[in-house]
Amino acid sequence: MTSTGKPLIEVVNLEKDYPTGAGVFQALRGVSLNITEGEFVAIMGASGSGKSTFMNLLGCLDRPTRGSYHLSGQDVSRLSSDELAALRNREIGFVFQGFNLLSKLTALDNVALPLMYAGMGREARRRQAQAMLDRVGLGERSHHTPLQLSGGQQQRVAIARALATRPRIIFADEPTGNLDSETSRQVMDFFSQLNREEGITLVLVTHEADIAAYARRRIRFQDGRVVEDVAIEEAAA
Amino acid sequence: MIFASLFETAWNALTTHRMRSFLTMLGMMIGVAAVILMLAIGQGAQMMVRDSIKSMGSNLFIIMSGATTTGGARVAGGMAPTLTFDDADAIRELDDIVAAAPVSPGTVQLIYGGVNWNTSVFGTTPDYAVVRDWPMESGGFFSEADVRSGARVVVIGAVVARELFGDEDPIGKIIRIRQAPFEVIGVMAAKGQSLDGRDQDDTVIVPISSAQQKIFSSSLRNRARMIMAQAVTEKRMDAAESAINELLRSRHRIGVAQEDDFTVRNLTAIAETAASTTRIMSLLLGAIAAISLVVGGIGIMNIMLVSVTERTREIGIRMAIGARRRDVLWQFLIEALTLSLIGCAIGLALGIGGAWMVESLAGLPIEVTPASVLLAVGVSFLIGVFFGFYPARRAAGLDPIEALRSQ
Repeated sequence: MTSTGKPLIEVVNLEKDYPTGAGVFQALRGVSLNITEGEFVAIMGASGSGKSTFMNLLGCLDRPTRGSYHLSGQDVSRLSSDELAALRNREIGFVFQGFNLLSKLTALDNVALPLMYAGMGREARRRQAQAMLDRVGLGERSHHTPLQLSGGQQQRVAIARALATRPRIIFADEPTGNLDSETSRQVMDFFSQLNREEGITLVLVTHEADIAAYARRRIRFQDGRVVEDVAIEEAAA
Repeated sequence: MIFASLFETAWNALTTHRMRSFLTMLGMMIGVAAVILMLAIGQGAQMMVRDSIKSMGSNLFIIMSGATTTGGARVAGGMAPTLTFDDADAIRELDDIVAAAPVSPGTVQLIYGGVNWNTSVFGTTPDYAVVRDWPMESGGFFSEADVRSGARVVVIGAVVARELFGDEDPIGKIIRIRQAPFEVIGVMAAKGQSLDGRDQDDTVIVPISSAQQKIFSSSLRNRARMIMAQAVTEKRMDAAESAINELLRSRHRIGVAQEDDFTVRNLTAIAETAASTTRIMSLLLGAIAAISLVVGGIGIMNIMLVSVTERTREIGIRMAIGARRRDVLWQFLIEALTLSLIGCAIGLALGIGGAWMVESLAGLPIEVTPASVLLAVGVSFLIGVFFGFYPARRAAGLDPIEALRSQ
């Protein structure tokens, strides 16, 4: 492990149950791990392995059934839904496979949206949103709506949105799943650069080995448990 | 959370589906327009009733010849009037009465030069101008002496003056009433329509003695079909009414068990009844219109529920990037409020415009009061909150993971 500094994410014996018709489905069966600030982690596993459930918990979109989760030293399982929302807004950026941009809004307004929920004034958030779009190389396209942009461009807008509130950690769920290999490479290079140059912690969920190879640590899930947690020696790029 | 941004968000959402937003607002628009229009018509009707009763004269009693039955006054045609001039004089002497005039009504044809005109005629005394609160436009009213001597003088209403004389000055001119020449000595000021829709200015007034001798050729001297009397104040109306009843019963020697041969009508009481009837009517119209407002509100709720379902994914995205439940709640509540208040604004414009149209086209008096506008705006606001809350709460209660997964 190349990571240094204090643990940003501390997970102990995390369990998550889902009630089903046939009884209780145990999506997570006791996961314990730490992620330190500045790490670039790839989470792998087949569908149903529990990796998505784990991501939802780490992303503060859901609460564990048992076990504890501390994010920046805060016990997440004790927070109210409003406090979780504030935490997501401030500390966490999401990048999704399907981009999840609001199709009626321009790129600029999409990027400014988390800043609105952070309570920032209209002019200030437009300035900051524009700065973020410049950073992902889409400064010229700020007034286009998502449908007027290519898939790669849409994903860069989504990354700009994830970065807008300057979070400490970004969760990317299959971020290249809808992109061709060339665009995928560009997006992953950008992620690597963010991690290397700005120290933003990255947690990437993927089932593609070559995408996971960009990370410096690989965690593999199977049947709700961690079956592999290794450092990757050299980036594929 | 900044509310200006929420209004912008609401506006964007509503303009995305223009047709749908318009149709949703249509319910509110029609409801508000109906409420405004109905209340305006009701107010106008009340005003018209009050004005026309006031134009009859204030604190007025009309005492009719004939008994009262449940159906109203029974005055058989051709039957002799039971009231006398002396009755009128005696009523005038009562403490609470200012003036009393015997009145013999009829209809006649007037001729002046080559022009003729059918109108109503009242034979009466100078007190008539007092009880009716009726000022002169020009000239003067006839005197007690004219009544005593049976002078052939006539005072004419504004409509008669216009129809017979046009631009000419009627004072001093001779008109023929049933062939008898009468000199015009005065023109009454215009009074307008009475409660029963008759034009009060389409009339001529002559001394009651002259009317009976020359116009009605009646053999019933000193008798009148009715007496009009005015009480000193509105408060003394009830006392005056009983005094008149008592006086006439004793003068006409009516025993305890016997039926009155006259009927006293209290115009103020009738006015109040008429005004309260029109008020109830206008309230009823307003209530029916209010139902359409509620239906409009249900339309808003329906569309907001559809909208929440359609935008589940959007709600999930907003939650993932940091929207709190109350942010989502406010977003949809403000959307519903925007719909209802814009609908209300357009409805107000339609209602006031409609009221103005009714007034100018149908000639009905219309009164749009600030209170009815406030009522419509307030009710629209409440409807927006009430019917917007449930869909908004449903949106705010969504699970972010489920919402993100939806298509």
